[in-house]
Amino acid sequence: MLFFPRWKIWGISLLCLAGVLLAVPSLLPAGANAWLPRWAQAMHINLGLDLAGGSHLLLEAETPDVARQRLESMEEVIRLEMRRADIRIGDLSTSGGQLGFTLRNPAQAPEAVTAARNQTVPVGLAAQPDWSVAIEDGNRIVMRQTEAGIEQATDQAMDVARDVIDRRINASGTLEPTIIRQGNNRIVVQVPGMQDPEALKALIGRTARLEFKLLAEGVTPEQLQSGRAPIGTLILPYAEGGDNARIAVQRRAMVTGDRISTAQQDFNEDGLPAVTIRFDSAGSQAFARVTQANVGKQFAIILDNVVLSAPSIREPILGGNAQISGSFTVQSANDLAISLQSGRLPVELHVVEERTVGPELGADSIRLGVIASIAAAGAVVLFMFLTYGWFGMFANTALLLNGLMIVGIMAFFNATLTLPGIAGFVLTIGAAVDANVIINERIREELRRGRKVIDAIDNGWKEASTAILDANITNTIAGALMYYFGSGPIRGFAVVLVIGIATSAFTAITVARMMVSIWARRARPKSLVL
Amino acid sequence: MRLLKLVPDNTNIDFLRWRWFAIAVSLTLIAASTFFLVTRGLNLGVDFSGGQMVHVTFQQPPQLDELRDRISGLDVGDPTIQEFGSPREISIRIPRAEDETVEQANAIASRVRTAITQNYRGARIDSVETVTGKISQELAWDGGLSLLLAMLGVAAYIWIRFEWQFGIGALVSLVHDFTIVLGFYSLTQIDFSLNAIAALLTLIGYSLNDTVVVYDRIRENLRKYRKMAIEPLLNLSVNETLSRTINTNTAVLVAITALLVMGPDVIFDLTIGIFVGVLIGTYSSVYVARFLLVPLGVGPDSFVPTDPISRAERGGRNEGYDGAQV
Repeated sequence: MLFFPRWKIWGISLLCLAGVLLAVPSLLPAGANAWLPRWAQAMHINLGLDLAGGSHLLLEAETPDVARQRLESMEEVIRLEMRRADIRIGDLSTSGGQLGFTLRNPAQAPEAVTAARNQTVPVGLAAQPDWSVAIEDGNRIVMRQTEAGIEQATDQAMDVARDVIDRRINASGTLEPTIIRQGNNRIVVQVPGMQDPEALKALIGRTARLEFKLLAEGVTPEQLQSGRAPIGTLILPYAEGGDNARIAVQRRAMVTGDRISTAQQDFNEDGLPAVTIRFDSAGSQAFARVTQANVGKQFAIILDNVVLSAPSIREPILGGNAQISGSFTVQSANDLAISLQSGRLPVELHVVEERTVGPELGADSIRLGVIASIAAAGAVVLFMFLTYGWFGMFANTALLLNGLMIVGIMAFFNATLTLPGIAGFVLTIGAAVDANVIINERIREELRRGRKVIDAIDNGWKEASTAILDANITNTIAGALMYYFGSGPIRGFAVVLVIGIATSAFTAITVARMMVSIWARRARPKSLVL
Repeated sequence: MRLLKLVPDNTNIDFLRWRWFAIAVSLTLIAASTFFLVTRGLNLGVDFSGGQMVHVTFQQPPQLDELRDRISGLDVGDPTIQEFGSPREISIRIPRAEDETVEQANAIASRVRTAITQNYRGARIDSVETVTGKISQELAWDGGLSLLLAMLGVAAYIWIRFEWQFGIGALVSLVHDFTIVLGFYSLTQIDFSLNAIAALLTLIGYSLNDTVVVYDRIRENLRKYRKMAIEPLLNLSVNETLSRTINTNTAVLVAITALLVMGPDVIFDLTIGIFVGVLIGTYSSVYVARFLLVPLGVGPDSFVPTDPISRAERGGRNEGYDGAQV
């Protein structure tokens, strides 16, 4: 047990040295590591938002939205496709999450089914179609979205949403946000240093679905009031017209925000904040065509199903520019410009969880955490020295190494340190001595039984090892579950705990034993006070 | 140098004699904990009940009544306003309304922010947490599940490593510790949050740590003293591991105390749970985990070398240390 070949001593020492060196960049004060090579600087511990300060937002998508939008766009597609295939249909409706239409000529059923099937695509590993197509009652064709189809559409929508949010946050000038998808309908946004996320929430919370539609003519005030729109029209709330103001527009859009190439905050002719947008070429053409044909009529500018304004077309708008006014402030006009420029969100997102920590509180937590860690380590070191004398100092050296190696390993993996993580670190300082306590107590016992010093030390390590191993494994089980089920800060705790278990086993069993073995060979003790 | 010995050498305390007393203490503690849990319940934090938690540092200690009126004036239900560390640091807890929508929850957070920054000059908003109903349910479910799995997981591990009686003994002592720590959270009405779950998980791993070390010694003694009756053998094992139990737990308590006294207030709910857990765990590894083995039928026949598992274990034990000899 106590014999260590030279290569082993070297190996263990090198391993310890590596761990300590890895810890160095993290322990240097900020800015002091500029002279280190780039790769060494990259190895640092990330601070969790609870320590660095910042905002954590969990966004959840309104997933039924995705299915509804797919249904709407399929309705449009089917209308076009059937017309192209010369299949006359009627009673095209989307109700109960499915799309149905009736064939004027039931003999065309096979053709219609083929035409409809051509619009479906296989998805997933099983290559299931994303829509099922069935004939009911001989002449009615019903299309239903399959599970796989909805799943894939949601997945794609979430990817797009993630990118849109990324663009919006970056455009607003916020530094280094982390934006990641979580599960199938969530996105986590973390912005270090952000103290008041209200603006960010406003930016994310807006779908930014911009539409230009002609006003519907011939809608009676009674119809407006009841909200029952004639076929082909929509009744929408009108932001400028006071409470409960409504306006009727045509269902088909002249052009939508998807065709925007640039959008920026500007001022209108009255000097009020506005947003100037520029359409891409297809958008410009469409806009020009419709405005040419409808000079003198009114159109509505609609944002997220609310009419912002309803200007008249005084002359054809050929340049592809348009200005949106409403009751904007410079800030809100700017936010809208960013949202429009970065594209609309394919799904509506809600902030379902917010955790914001101010930078001062984070800094306080770090300071107090470090003080507590040092005090804890000092107290434990003193206790170990008083209890086990020189053997206690071996344990203390192992403890110090243990602390440095935890930092080093966390830096190597760029792990995140959270406030509970600091608590985990302090707990580890206490628990790491356990292995050495078990070993030293065992040696004491063996000595009392009258064994020779070397034998006692040897046996102490041998007999203590199983107990240490078992104890560490139970702790690892708890730590692993904590990591798996826990969220942010708790994970930080679990990470430190599990790394600490591994390093303390190594330092207490291997490193401390090596130190004792070197000491025993040099000193050749005949007796031992322990 | 004279070394410090918290536990003198060769103790021979007859722990078994105090067994009935210990059982009475345990049952009382468990009954009291259950009573508190039933009557007062846990003071669930935002993590598990939803709503808002806002921490503010004011320039001057604010009038709490005035602050309460201001906050409830925002139409946010019945806020709980408490000092948090010092009179200038205040925590504002706003419960979640029954049918609160996501938009409402976010609007409340922003109204509270505005009300504080407008009415109190120099007030610094340290943290804002908003958890909506769905998320709080998920967090509660995940938390409960992780505790359950952790308990079953470690008990199963002990069963595999030792015998089934040891697994049961470990599980019972875990439930014992667990109930009492929960009772402590209930009695003190300390915020029961994700941090408390972390404390309980740590307790599961840690209290088991103690139990395992003791079980290991019992197993060793069962093999060594095959003729000894089980009760004196347990007593011997307790005495032999006593100074290890005391020393390790002293070290842990010393470290955790440093954190309790000097550490940030924000994790008080975590550290106090660990502190109480270690105290209870020390006691239960001496009494509950060990003496439960008697009624469960552990005796001199357990771990006899003919048992293939333990023989394999013994073989494995020696093989693990090849090449390292004096």
